[in-house]
Amino acid sequence: MARIEAEVGKPKGGFMKWIDDRFPFTETMRYHATEYYASKNFNIWYVFGVLAMVVLVLQLVTGIFLTMNYKPSAAEAFASVEYIMRDVEWGWLIRYMHSTGASFFFIVVYLHMFRAMLYGSYKKPRELIWIIGMLIFFVLMAEAFAGYLLPWGQMSYWGAQVIISLFGAIPWVGDALVEIIRGDYSISDITLNRFFALHVIALPLALIGLVFVHIVALHEVGSNNPDGIEIKEQKGANGVPLDGVAFHPYHTSKDLVAIIVFLMIFCAVVFFAPEMGGLFLEHANFEPANLTATPEHIAPVWYFTPYYAILRAVPDKLWGFILFGLSVLLPLFLPWLDRARVKSIRYRGWIYKSALTGFVITFVALGWLGLQEATPTYVLAARVFAVIYFAFFILMPYYTTIDKTKPVPDRVVYHD
Amino acid sequence: MTEDDLDRNRRHFLTVATAVTGIAGAGLAAIPFISSLKPSARAQALGAPVEVPIGSLQPGEMVKVLWRGKLVYVLRRSEDMMSRLAEHSGDLRDPNSEVIEQQPEYAANATRSVRPEYLVVEGSCTHLGCAPLMDFDVRPAEDWDGGFFCPCHGSKFDLAGRVYKGVPAPTNLRVPPHRFVRDDLILIGQDTGAA
Repeated sequence: MARIEAEVGKPKGGFMKWIDDRFPFTETMRYHATEYYASKNFNIWYVFGVLAMVVLVLQLVTGIFLTMNYKPSAAEAFASVEYIMRDVEWGWLIRYMHSTGASFFFIVVYLHMFRAMLYGSYKKPRELIWIIGMLIFFVLMAEAFAGYLLPWGQMSYWGAQVIISLFGAIPWVGDALVEIIRGDYSISDITLNRFFALHVIALPLALIGLVFVHIVALHEVGSNNPDGIEIKEQKGANGVPLDGVAFHPYHTSKDLVAIIVFLMIFCAVVFFAPEMGGLFLEHANFEPANLTATPEHIAPVWYFTPYYAILRAVPDKLWGFILFGLSVLLPLFLPWLDRARVKSIRYRGWIYKSALTGFVITFVALGWLGLQEATPTYVLAARVFAVIYFAFFILMPYYTTIDKTKPVPDRVVYHD
Repeated sequence: MTEDDLDRNRRHFLTVATAVTGIAGAGLAAIPFISSLKPSARAQALGAPVEVPIGSLQPGEMVKVLWRGKLVYVLRRSEDMMSRLAEHSGDLRDPNSEVIEQQPEYAANATRSVRPEYLVVEGSCTHLGCAPLMDFDVRPAEDWDGGFFCPCHGSKFDLAGRVYKGVPAPTNLRVPPHRFVRDDLILIGQDTGAA
């Protein structure tokens, strides 16, 4: 009902008018949905933003239900997770949804980020959307890391030990900082308690706030598209971009298809492979934390392994920390590293196409290496790929300048 | 009041004064919150010294204890182990324990210990905190005199907890404050009236 009225104009009376006089409901709906025009040539790469929202909601809802049974104390945490798995009705489902959701969050977000690299979505005028997005990614990493300590398994404990110790590499303040993060002389009940607070309150709040700002910034500038064309530059007589269609109902109904397919895959994993062979839930974590023995083979969950492989490839503590930090931070500067005049890969030359292909291979290879034991061969391979990883970013201003680009059309085109 | 009546200097002063006071206030208000993150009184109390009876420890044997939640290794080195300590000094990053934070003054010696026989070190790799594994077997083929091996990132330490060159760990294993209460009892976490 609200939508039909929005099309003909401001409601003349009745309930919606009563609301609109007090809260800009119709106006907001129009601005963000029914009169928000996004390009009509969106392809499959454009569903991952919506999917990230779906996973966020899934994580929030399952998370709230998990906190109702989980106990954030070193003495009880592991047992309370087992309790959720065995004694709480459907508890196993809620927990598997949450643990699978964490991995899917990263799958979806990595694909969402890759989309931006394919079509130059971070380039002017969308730099701020990209930066806010990267902040979301950083908070998400912190959220996942804090959450991973909560089951208080072997990998929870020793993984946290390794990552928290990383901050000890910072000169002068490192040791004091580590003590403030842990709140104790080692990772303890106190650490678990505060990670719980971060995981269920502080970081989710930051995440929701940043997602809100991300979307506000997006709707201010307008969505990019696979052609990297500013559709606002070609408007019809009615002021609507010629290549744009209303987000609602056109893009929303398309997104609904993507959501359904996504949920089918998600459910398949939740029901048939929630551990994903040790990738989503690591085997060592089925043992309670043992402060006296590190597991023989320590690896973070798969979504951190590309950066972890870089950390491990450096035979020096401080430099390991610096390069690890740099590998996470560098994408933040993409809007300024990329000097190409065109946005989309469709109109870029062979150099960027090869560079991006090489980058994808490198990222996947580093991710795989980060999961393996650090044998000399693998460490050498990780060093080679780490160099390629950094070269992709650092040499970008050069190779995007000399790359031959094709002319960009005025209107979006269809490629079959 | 018209534009001309405005005392801009005064307004500027008030703006700056308010901002500075506000920032100082926020900074002061942050102190309790940040301080609350530090180890609490209880955490500090739980960090009290622990006693380790060593009467039944045989040469070549090691016990693990927890002090402040940290793993501490107490190794009784055999004659053979001690004789090999000086052999690989050239391969070590800090053979003479010159990094002062890594051991109390009384352990900054050739064996990094109060009594040469007993090594007391934190079982926490100085790289990223994993617990190094015992690898006491001598393997001349690999040029290995026995020591500790960190499974996480491959750091190696000798039987005095001294780090080898070319591994990610930057410093020797830390020697916690400790003292011998009796010949068969070590107190870890306290060294007043040191041995």
